[in-house]
Amino acid sequence: MVNTKVTLSGITLDNPVIPASGTFGYGYEFAELYDINLLGSFSFKGTTKDPRFGNPTPRIAECTAGLINSVGLQNPGIDKVISEELPKLRRCFHKPVIANISGFSVEEYAYCCARIDKEDQVGIIEVNVSCPNVHHGGMTFGTSPEAAAEVTKAVKAVTTKPVYIKLSPNVTDIAAVAKACEDAGADGISLINTMMGMRIDLKTKRPVIANKMGGFSGKAIFPIAVRMVYQVAEAVRIPIIGMGGVSCAEDVLEMMLAGATAVQVGAANLVDPFACKTIVETLPHIMQQYGITDLNEIIGGAHS
Amino acid sequence: MKQSIFTIKQNQHLTDTVLKMVLAGDTSAITAPGQFVNIKLDGFFLRRPISVCDYDQKTLTILYKTVGKGTQYMSTLSAGTTLDILTGLGNGYDTAKSGRHPLLIGGGVGVPPMYRLAKDLLAEGKKPTILLGFNTAAEVFFAEEFRELNLPVTITTADGTMGTKGFVTDVLPKLNGYTYFYACGPEPMLQALCCCTTSSGQLSFEERMGCGFGACMGCSCKTKYGNKRICKDGPVLEKEEIKW
Repeated sequence: MVNTKVTLSGITLDNPVIPASGTFGYGYEFAELYDINLLGSFSFKGTTKDPRFGNPTPRIAECTAGLINSVGLQNPGIDKVISEELPKLRRCFHKPVIANISGFSVEEYAYCCARIDKEDQVGIIEVNVSCPNVHHGGMTFGTSPEAAAEVTKAVKAVTTKPVYIKLSPNVTDIAAVAKACEDAGADGISLINTMMGMRIDLKTKRPVIANKMGGFSGKAIFPIAVRMVYQVAEAVRIPIIGMGGVSCAEDVLEMMLAGATAVQVGAANLVDPFACKTIVETLPHIMQQYGITDLNEIIGGAHS
Repeated sequence: MKQSIFTIKQNQHLTDTVLKMVLAGDTSAITAPGQFVNIKLDGFFLRRPISVCDYDQKTLTILYKTVGKGTQYMSTLSAGTTLDILTGLGNGYDTAKSGRHPLLIGGGVGVPPMYRLAKDLLAEGKKPTILLGFNTAAEVFFAEEFRELNLPVTITTADGTMGTKGFVTDVLPKLNGYTYFYACGPEPMLQALCCCTTSSGQLSFEERMGCGFGACMGCSCKTKYGNKRICKDGPVLEKEEIKW
């Protein structure tokens, strides 16, 4: 027997496999296909204070080994998430869930986290700092260590739940942003969010995506994600949830060796709705194949 | 929704750019005409959503147009090749609202879902009329298949090389007496139909999709009844709810 249990800020997960925010909705589409309680946890759709339709369509562009999305945080808003989505989710998922929160101002982040703090189902709050700050000319919070730290402090002040900051890879020094979040009181770091990308249609000679650019994810970004997880693991002592192009159990092990305690699976869910289930089920065999008996022993194992 | 492996039985050209693919596999998840399947192709990241033309318990028929690299690759696949397919996607057409004499309107590659819809309506004892629009005679397909169902078929071509010259909307006034309409085709055609049809109806929409089963919000649209996902809450919308 192998041990797949891992612990994030005192919350023990049966396994480290977590569907990433925005690729798993609020879980129901997948609960129709299989019992989603086999997952370690899952990170629900990015939620903001007010309901959002998001960006105009087309929002999706295919790429080699991945896709660009420009959904634009479509969500029903924090009130409906608490009054409608969480009660529905409770019926199909019985483990602590990760609440993914977005905002366009420090105040909005704090407001949403204060609201979600009262929800027993929520085990961890994952704060997406890849949004533009409307009060600072649209500069993305996550591209500045100071702005990311300011969000972290504001959120930590209103919740007792563990706070993980989800970092953007579209920066020159992700370790500096991670360190600033740790110093500001973050309980953990999630990385990486999508990389900015673009496709142009040769027939129309215009960008495929209506919003011109979007976030690139999928298998193609896996090596970048592993590198960044490794760099952040060198810089901080708090736990890391690694993500970016993970699509099989081997990728989970590689992320953990780079320094991740748990691993999120994103774009793979959109192509294969059973991707997470397959990863959870094959993980013990792949561990045995590589002589691993306890996942906890490999976290950060690639660091000398 | 179901994920299963299908085997290609037949993959042949109907026109220069439209092919008919017949596949053997489990179709049990398909519940309504107008639903679609999402096909995994080697070497491509996203699946290809294609509407269902016809099916029985063990066979799926799709008609597709080679418009990009994915469908061009599909056109090269030979009998015996296996494909990973998600079936039973989307809401499909609701035949209950059709009345006795529904009008089925297909434009170009929007024609395929009309075939199964016509068969289902016939099985319910209704008498559908078929209206098909194409650009030119060389692009016309499946007219004979509809005639073999003993249904009245009207064809329009934009250049007048077959049937009535013009668009489907040009012949609509002559086809009065229909109780309801069902449509699939290019968006300008759908919008024009909403203006000049005299009855209620259902229209099938297309959008670039991520997952095809409602998870990613890639294909959302605004309707009078709130936000909908073309892949999960659509692709079929009612005339009255569409915001143009």
